[in-house]
Amino acid sequence: MYDIKALYEAYSVEEAVRLLAAHPEAQIIAGGSDVLVQVREGRRAGKELVSIFMIDELRGVTMEEDGTIRIGSLSSFHTITYSPIIQEHLSVLGEAVDMVGGPQIRAIGTIGGNTCNGVTSADSASTLMALDAVMEVIGPEGKRLVPIADWYKGPKKVNLGPAELQTAILIRKESYEGYKGHYIKYGMRNAMEIATTGCSVNVKLSADKKTVEDVRIGYGVAAPVPIRARTAEANAKGKPADAETAAAIGRDVLLDVTPRNSWRASKDMRLHLCSTMAQRAFTEAVRKSGGEI
Amino acid sequence: MEDRQYKMVHCYVNGKERAAMVDVRSSLTDMLRNEFGLTSVKKGCEVGECGACAVIIDGDCYDSCIYLAVWAEGKHITTLEGLEGPNGELSDIQQAFVDETAIQCGFCSPGFMLEAHHVLKPGVIYTDDELRKKLSGHLCRCTGYENIMRAVKKTMYQRAGMEMPVEEDRIPLSVPIEDGKVVL
Amino acid sequence: MVIGKSLPRVDAYDKATGRTKYTEDLCTPNTYVARIVHATIGHGYVKSIDTSEAEKVPGVVKVLTCFDTPPYKYPTAGHPWSTDPAHQDVADRSLLTSHVRLFGDDIALVIAEDDVSATQAARLVRAEYEELPVVLDAREAMKEGAPVIHEKYPNNVLSHTSSRKGNYEEAIKEPGLIKVEGWYDTPSVQHCHIENFICTSYMENGRIVVLSSTQIPHIVRRVVGQALGIPWGKVRIIKPYIGGGFGDKQDALYEPLCAWATTQVGGHPVKLDLSREETFTNCRVRHAILFHIISYVRPDGSMVARKLEMWSNQGAYASHGHSIAAKAMGAFPQLYPCDNVECDSYTVFTNRSVAGAMRGYGMPQASFAYECHAEDIVMKLGLDPIQFRRDHLMPVGYVDGFSKNELYSDTFNQSMDVGIKAFDYYKKRDLYRNQTGDIRRGIGMSVFWYNTAVFPISLETSSCRMVLNQDGSVQVQVGETEIGQGADTAYAQMTADTLGIPFENVHVVSNQDTDVTPYGTGAYASRQTYTAGMSIRMCAEAFKERILKVAFDYTRMQPYICDIVDGNIIRVTDGRVLMTLGDLATEALYNPKDSHHLTMEKTATIRSNAYSFGCCFAEVEVDIPLCHVKLLRVMNVHDCGRLINPALAEGQVEGGMSMGIGYALSEKMIYDQKTARLLNNNLLDYKLSTTMDHPKLEVHFLENEEPTSAFGTKALGEPPVCPVAPAIRNAILNATGISLHELPMDPHLLFREFKAAGLI
Repeated sequence: MYDIKALYEAYSVEEAVRLLAAHPEAQIIAGGSDVLVQVREGRRAGKELVSIFMIDELRGVTMEEDGTIRIGSLSSFHTITYSPIIQEHLSVLGEAVDMVGGPQIRAIGTIGGNTCNGVTSADSASTLMALDAVMEVIGPEGKRLVPIADWYKGPKKVNLGPAELQTAILIRKESYEGYKGHYIKYGMRNAMEIATTGCSVNVKLSADKKTVEDVRIGYGVAAPVPIRARTAEANAKGKPADAETAAAIGRDVLLDVTPRNSWRASKDMRLHLCSTMAQRAFTEAVRKSGGEI
Repeated sequence: MEDRQYKMVHCYVNGKERAAMVDVRSSLTDMLRNEFGLTSVKKGCEVGECGACAVIIDGDCYDSCIYLAVWAEGKHITTLEGLEGPNGELSDIQQAFVDETAIQCGFCSPGFMLEAHHVLKPGVIYTDDELRKKLSGHLCRCTGYENIMRAVKKTMYQRAGMEMPVEEDRIPLSVPIEDGKVVL
Repeated sequence: MVIGKSLPRVDAYDKATGRTKYTEDLCTPNTYVARIVHATIGHGYVKSIDTSEAEKVPGVVKVLTCFDTPPYKYPTAGHPWSTDPAHQDVADRSLLTSHVRLFGDDIALVIAEDDVSATQAARLVRAEYEELPVVLDAREAMKEGAPVIHEKYPNNVLSHTSSRKGNYEEAIKEPGLIKVEGWYDTPSVQHCHIENFICTSYMENGRIVVLSSTQIPHIVRRVVGQALGIPWGKVRIIKPYIGGGFGDKQDALYEPLCAWATTQVGGHPVKLDLSREETFTNCRVRHAILFHIISYVRPDGSMVARKLEMWSNQGAYASHGHSIAAKAMGAFPQLYPCDNVECDSYTVFTNRSVAGAMRGYGMPQASFAYECHAEDIVMKLGLDPIQFRRDHLMPVGYVDGFSKNELYSDTFNQSMDVGIKAFDYYKKRDLYRNQTGDIRRGIGMSVFWYNTAVFPISLETSSCRMVLNQDGSVQVQVGETEIGQGADTAYAQMTADTLGIPFENVHVVSNQDTDVTPYGTGAYASRQTYTAGMSIRMCAEAFKERILKVAFDYTRMQPYICDIVDGNIIRVTDGRVLMTLGDLATEALYNPKDSHHLTMEKTATIRSNAYSFGCCFAEVEVDIPLCHVKLLRVMNVHDCGRLINPALAEGQVEGGMSMGIGYALSEKMIYDQKTARLLNNNLLDYKLSTTMDHPKLEVHFLENEEPTSAFGTKALGEPPVCPVAPAIRNAILNATGISLHELPMDPHLLFREFKAAGLI
């Protein structure tokens, strides 16, 4: 049994907001694959929990009229990977979240939880960074939209106010149309892994597939929070979609990333991986876009 | 004691309608083992890392250790006990685990068999790599997964109504020896 | 005959249906839950403990501390007891301790009505410490001024042994010798049986009963008696089915503490169910051993003089102690015989988790060092790795002076021939010569050598009891436990053939109970089929003799013209079935004038031992920029003598190979250097191989029957782990030209080594 002080169950977003407002110390629990582990560890033992697990309206992937892809925050990684909309338009995200933990974790783990826990190693985070995702948040004051660039406020801290919860992740049409992406998760084994480093690259090529019109490079575990490699991106725009640009990206990302030493991996190794992975993810994204590299 | 919270949970376990008054702090593992005596649900890590406690809930496989019992409300849950027939007949996947020596200590076996049962949709053939990925949420320290893979593959072909492809001509398991030399 | 047939396990149906009862499944609902309070320092003394807050938690029954325990010190190693004090294991454990020797040492115990209350209370126990510096490295621990972990061992050296042969110093003066020197380091790793350690205790009629997930019930009984200072007969250990052991459960882990706990709550049932984190930190681990080897060789590879030094990291308590290092050291002069050898081994206390028995018992470490070193010699001399081994490995007829073990068959060459053929070894070696580019392939191999059982170092004894039922079926009991490896099935096959009854009429009593099961020391040292095989054969043959004698009353035929075949008493002279064994059993038992309950019990003292041999071949693909090794193929060829059950034997080898792959590429316990806290104490951060980390595991056997064995068998379960890491290492060397000297060969190591070599 878990050391839980009290469990409040919400069946709608409004109810969740109300419960969170009534119990300001309470922690939201979505799929539980993080929160329950922390309760057991003692980090969140003896706390109140507001379960949003039963709010079915927050599940599923849909496309809005303007082409925005809306991913309900309680959508499991499985739901996302197997969603036809994701497979057609955002395959890189479906592939990225298919590398989270193992199959059972992907069945229970939610993309909302993966982004609200604020951890830099989240497999969805680097890809969502590279997709310029927008977080939809609902709280006592109503709804607000937070670009992912403003989402991460520090390790394990995200842009959520009192009694607010994330209800959806939105990907605008202009963020995915014409882009192809590739995610590389670096781990010490091939499953049941936390990313040592994750790199997600989205590329838009010119019509002749020879030039990089746009590139977005997202990282996990390259800094205390998920980041974009803005310098490398800026330098690569307009360059030929070739091995030389890939190599340049590999060098330039080192100006953007600031990994740390930890027992999971040394800073030097992470820097080396950031560089190699960007180069490879870019190359793969160009290939997927029809470029020859 | 007075502030302990209980909840009546109604669900379907192995096809039967069941109800239990559970402490809201219970995991689904706790409920299945302690309320319903379904001890095939094993505890190996209690944090979703080993897969020994996996059960099928509404058609998907979950680690019951990190699933709150109260979330089972209205759900259809299958444990290993639910795979056998009314007279104790083994299901195809259980029989394959027996026949292919896929079981050693037996502690990871219930989770593996349930996962395989869930993964193997009739008629769908996966590559070895796909199967390995689909089973990768279960740790086994005894078998090296080799015979488990074989049992799962065998069942996959059975469910597809197909013969399992025979592996190419190879050196026999026990290599013949004549006059002190191996015969290859 | 059923020996040699791949029959399904006798416990297969129950395990396939999930009915098999493990320790936790047998706990009654009213059982109290015990939680250990673990020290939050790596080394030092508990000055005081405040339990007042913990005691206030509703549901808490009792809080016991290190200041409450009985005064007895006890050893924990799963070794047979020796009545010679000089040969007894080091008794350095207390039930709870005020001298904290590892981060997480056991300082108090909470007993509560439920798990949450117990956990909450355990968190509220406050201890005041006097903290001391920690030491994690064996050689650091031996230095002047290092923290002293046990007062009795001022330099932390639990044991230092040496062996000398010939004259090393003189021999190295031979002109033209080439010196090859290397350091080889191995990590602490954990068994990771999927069932964590668990035991439960209660009192019955004034005696303590402990149900435990153990490999060694009879040994645990003795240790509980020693720990509590009570007569051993006051203790009863019951071993149900267990969810893996691999040597971790070849130690008295927490049975003594749990046994004591029930005595402190009036004999009420108490459960001590370790978490995965505790299993990592507080159970046993494989010894991390550092090897330093110098070989002086002639240009043809022949060994002239060799020196070995090794430092074995014991962790905080003695457990199996120096036995592991001694086994590893003992192998050194044997594998590649040499006339002039100097060996020194040290087993050293540190503040790491306690090292004990783990599948292979020192030989996975030794195999890594010795077979990497062999390859380093090969590389330096420009020789062919296989020819080098053909020329210099122990020859057929080699006899070890100590154990009298002998290499009877040409197994090394046979096994390498299988590997060469299966892998197209020489073609691959050619293909992989002079590669460039980011991704390179390589092929490598290693041999292994392994002793069966523990004679002559320790007692080897096995007892077997057989009981005939009225239907002609037979219960069989031995003390060599089923731990998942399939021992019960092998015993049933041996019994069926020796006694002459159908396999399905043999009922192996799997659950062991020290009140009932005949004495046997348990499952370890790959001894089961060898040692239990001897008592089973003795017992079955004696039993048959007795049955045939009794049968005379009913058949009027002399025993010497009768036999038992397929469950019938037959007359050998013409093959006629005289009566069924069931009819005989029934008649004999219910005979009002002369009733016989037909049983037999025999004890075999085992005074021989056997070598197992074989090799491993591996093929890898190395992604140099990503510092990543992909194992493409791996194959073990194993001579464990005659196969009792080929399918089960194959499973044993595959499991061992899997453990070897983890040892090679990913597993390592990581300790915080400042606090000695284990950082990766869970199955996410400790990198056990998953289904996605293995290629197909290929296995072949060579059935050179062991002449000393009751059924031609010898060591099977442990040896397969040994050659995998060096084979993979030698394949990486072939692919990249980089000799790695450390395990695991994970990306951290590859990054460091590739960078140093300028590859990245």
